[in-house]
Amino acid sequence: MRKLVSLVLTAAFAVTSCLSLAGCSGQTAATTAATTKAGETSQESKTPDGSEPAVANIKVGAIYINSQNDTAGYTYAHHKGITEGMKQVGLDPSKDLYIVDNVPEDDEKVKQAIDQLAGDGCNIIFGISFGYINAMKEKADEYPDIIFSHATGYLSNDKNFNNYFGRIYQARYLSGIAAGYKSLALKNDNIGYVSAWGVEYAETCSGINAFAMGARSVNPNAKVHVYEISTWGDQEKERQAAQVLIDTYKCCVIGQHCDSAQPQIVANEKGVFGCGYNSDMTKEAPKAHLTAAVWNWSAYYATAMKAAMTDKSTFMQTVGNYYQGIAAGLVDISELSGNCEPETAEAIKIAKDLMVSGKWDVFSGVKLAFSGAAGAVKVEQKNDALKDNKGEEKVAAGGASVGDDVIQGSMNYYVDGVTQVN
Amino acid sequence: MLDVITLFLFSIIVYNIPLLYGTTGEIMIEKSGSLNLGVEGTMAIGAVAGYLLGMRSGSLLVAVLISFIASGLVGLVFAFLTVTLQANQNVTGLTITTFGVAFYYFVGNAVSNSESKWPALGGSSLDKQFAPLEIPLLSKIPVIGKVLFSHSILIYLGVVIAIVMWLYFEKTNPGLKLRAIGENPGAADSLGVNITLYKYIHIIIGSGIMGIGGLYMALNMGGTFEGSNCWINGYGWISIALVIFANWSPAKALLGTFIFGFFNTLRVQNAPLATAFPKTLGWLTKIPAQFFSALPFIITLIVLILSSVRKNNNSNEPAAIGRNYYREDR
Repeated sequence: MRKLVSLVLTAAFAVTSCLSLAGCSGQTAATTAATTKAGETSQESKTPDGSEPAVANIKVGAIYINSQNDTAGYTYAHHKGITEGMKQVGLDPSKDLYIVDNVPEDDEKVKQAIDQLAGDGCNIIFGISFGYINAMKEKADEYPDIIFSHATGYLSNDKNFNNYFGRIYQARYLSGIAAGYKSLALKNDNIGYVSAWGVEYAETCSGINAFAMGARSVNPNAKVHVYEISTWGDQEKERQAAQVLIDTYKCCVIGQHCDSAQPQIVANEKGVFGCGYNSDMTKEAPKAHLTAAVWNWSAYYATAMKAAMTDKSTFMQTVGNYYQGIAAGLVDISELSGNCEPETAEAIKIAKDLMVSGKWDVFSGVKLAFSGAAGAVKVEQKNDALKDNKGEEKVAAGGASVGDDVIQGSMNYYVDGVTQVN
Repeated sequence: MLDVITLFLFSIIVYNIPLLYGTTGEIMIEKSGSLNLGVEGTMAIGAVAGYLLGMRSGSLLVAVLISFIASGLVGLVFAFLTVTLQANQNVTGLTITTFGVAFYYFVGNAVSNSESKWPALGGSSLDKQFAPLEIPLLSKIPVIGKVLFSHSILIYLGVVIAIVMWLYFEKTNPGLKLRAIGENPGAADSLGVNITLYKYIHIIIGSGIMGIGGLYMALNMGGTFEGSNCWINGYGWISIALVIFANWSPAKALLGTFIFGFFNTLRVQNAPLATAFPKTLGWLTKIPAQFFSALPFIITLIVLILSSVRKNNNSNEPAAIGRNYYREDR
């Protein structure tokens, strides 16, 4: 009897250990398969004759700074852009999209995310946050067969690593026009602007300048008070900054370059007006919101995916480093709300048409000046030097726009009419 | 100029009252000898539960009760784990923080993505009940009237809770027993105090108070849910630091809240102050914003160092804090 029991026990142990071994080896097999798969593809791309067939169906990888389930904000805008872009080129986001989200700007974490996506077999990987820059550059060399595409960055190579961004300042100029009309109507020249950063980043600086120039194209006396909160996102600070601008600086319109809708909500509470960012904030601030500068990332994502599907090897020639604006539909303003003054829509259309046609751009030696009542809004193009707020001339009267490198990288001055309060 | 000062002082109170709720709640728990590091998570759960159900019912009273109950339940979990099951208090508290903040995002995202969408506070009946109450006559006094007597009812509730708690600790028999448990549970036990019951009740009530603070935060931020930004935003952690700063006294917590609040508000209001008084306060804008953000923690550090160096034992820290009480260990 005892022997029988021990026999049964031994058999049971044998079976379980076999099973667990099998489980383990199964796992190892899977891992090896993944690695070899990655290895195979890299070999594939090395075939010198380029006989590799055009990739009909690609897998898309995405690395997000916040959650893919966000309902507003930066990650949400990109996620929406990627899924919409995929649908436009005939890919199915539920099958072909691989996401690693909540990835902080930490080289090790980003590299892990890239390895994971490479293991999943992704052919193109998008990283949406600025701080992913070094990890993406490094991994682009390690995986030459995968295209790496980095938002807001400045690094690239000539084979498989590009960066992309857009002329959001054009949209801000247009929202500035809406703010300008409001300030005229309210006979209050003070306009506020809650900004994550000031002149430290060309992105925020050019946005503030464009917004101010848009406002001053309508109301030449408009003054833009900038409150710098020194962080990309802190709801409570954004709220308090807006409060300070309204209560202490008597601002009647609040523009913003920060993550949450708090500045608009405060404007709504205080009975003033505002221009949001990233999404149409009319739903958060129904009585206050005029229009928001928004991104339409799908314009880029569709272009990039299409290029990757046609021929990966020429990606850097067909797409390259991407910097487009309102003409390509990458940036725009949200639908004008009922809070806008009647002249707004016409004036914005005139300015937008000028930008789209390529005949005029914001940071040039030609300034727009709107006049006339609704139905008969006229624009005058005046040769007028672009000056900073200390009076130093940046572009001579009638001169061409500053270069993209300035707008993207080295703009570190406020234009006439802008003051930073803190 | 007077406007600037009024707004500055007014903001100190409006934006820092959650600290008072968090601190008084934590003091009550610590007085029973338990260290609950789960303030942040407890507040987050109270906030999201109270806000959503309060919006549904349209009553601020219901919202307050729900956030009290929801956070009280979190306290019950903490009490069950640490008092009954004798789990490590630090680990349990940290777990509650992780869980609570994740719960906030989970519920928030689920509601935002659902068909009924996230309920907007603006114009709702909850918003009207939360609006500042102008106390007749008193609120008409220049500067002080606006700063002290034109606030939401939840601000006054926070102050009342702090005062009542101070009276409870100092002047009542159960308060005395509670302090005895925190100092020496063995002695209290030998005098026939029901330690388990006392701990449970005070942990639950303390957690519930934190929950109301979370609700206040939600309402004060306009009730918007942003996918990656929690309402509580570190206030729970500052509250734990404030407990030490306040030397475990609810009355001093009131003072501590306004001192912390002073620096917390200065980081935003430095610009208007510097503009209004360029000669005397012009230097304020030269200080980097990051320094202001770090300031409350620097002060806590200094207070901790000073209180450790002094060692003349006028600290009110409960002697048995952080240690689970097990009768057979006596």
